[in-house]
Amino acid sequence: MPDIHLTVNGVSREGRCEPRKLLVDFLRENLELTGTHVGCEHGICGACTVLVNGEAARSCLMLAVQADGAEITTVEGLMRDGKLHPLQEAFREHHALQCGFCTPGMLLTALDLLRTNPSPSEDEVREGISAVLCRCTGYHGIVKAVLSAAAPRSI
Amino acid sequence: MKPPKFDYHAPVTLDEAIALLARYGGDAKLLAGGQSLMPLLNFRLARPAALIDLNRIKSLSYIREHDGQVRFGAMTRQRAIEFSPVVARRLPLLREATRWVGHLPIRSRGTIGGSIAHADPSAEYPAVLTALEGEVVARGPKGERTLPPRALFETYLTTTLAPDEILTEVRLPAMPDGAGWAFEEFARRQGDFAIVGVAAAVWRASGRPAVRLATAGAGGTPRRLRESEEIVEGDGLTDTAIEAAARRASELVEPDSDIHASADYRRHLAGVLTERALKRARDSARA
Repeated sequence: MPDIHLTVNGVSREGRCEPRKLLVDFLRENLELTGTHVGCEHGICGACTVLVNGEAARSCLMLAVQADGAEITTVEGLMRDGKLHPLQEAFREHHALQCGFCTPGMLLTALDLLRTNPSPSEDEVREGISAVLCRCTGYHGIVKAVLSAAAPRSI
Repeated sequence: MKPPKFDYHAPVTLDEAIALLARYGGDAKLLAGGQSLMPLLNFRLARPAALIDLNRIKSLSYIREHDGQVRFGAMTRQRAIEFSPVVARRLPLLREATRWVGHLPIRSRGTIGGSIAHADPSAEYPAVLTALEGEVVARGPKGERTLPPRALFETYLTTTLAPDEILTEVRLPAMPDGAGWAFEEFARRQGDFAIVGVAAAVWRASGRPAVRLATAGAGGTPRRLRESEEIVEGDGLTDTAIEAAARRASELVEPDSDIHASADYRRHLAGVLTERALKRARDSARA
């Protein structure tokens, strides 16, 4: 079985698994980082979205071996010094989570959206987070939270 | 579910990858961005003996201008294309089509070569390749060949690439300065597979309009709408000519029915989207 060395949330980690092990299962089972959720396992629901070298990607559509040498950010890596990330604060403020299952995927997808489009319109936020399904259908709060965490739009 | 067992190889050169393909004699699958293959593996609909992962082959990822073309390494990510200044300047149609490819996290991983080699007829890139008269480069043990789209796409999810060939490069002719463009698509939800999509580009060549039109999702392969193009090239970019071209488009396509839409509905959409795409392309063109 191959050894895998990668950086997760700024910490160097390693593990060993079969090549067929999905990245999401490696994170949850080998590294015991269960914040990343497994939903549909075929790239539809977006619950497993993490950042791979800074870019949002479905961790159910990557093999753990492919992440060898990569930098991964999961929801566990968003808090700093015991404080929620500003986007997490915005989610709390705007009641952007109900059951919480989609939240890790929503947060990491929205982070990548705001990285490449710091002042998105509401439509652009809706389009961006359309990559993640919220089965509580709580999209209004999520859109409001992402907009409030974005830089103000100059009109 | 989880993928079945397979041998895993991550070559760092193209030659190694080609040798591995030959060694498995058709029982290996190439892993590009994985956004279509990984779901098939997770569902165990695909059970290859081996996966040959192309993600470590650095030489397959580039966007280069060359001799009036823009050339893309097959492993160039859709997100790199979305944000490329060269693509924005030379291939604005491709840039617009890219916004319709899946979702943001799909485009982070998905590649231009993977999308074209997968040959899903509802995909955007095969339609752009067809509309703009691009070509692909395939390399195998016997060397390299270039194929135009009509020689590449056979039917649903099927190309003429040999089992030991790798699609290595995609070449698209740069659009002339002042060209107008539009990619129109209808899907039930943002990011879903297209029910039908239409790629359109217009520009002036020796004082007359030149028109490029191709569909996605209206048959087993992308379809060039040459007869619709000719109507507008002959009569000019008037509303009347565009409407006639759109009617012809719905006659030209040969869609199938499936759970998403009937063939009749797809024909209707091909016409509606052709009209919208041509009008928007015309209005975005600079004379």
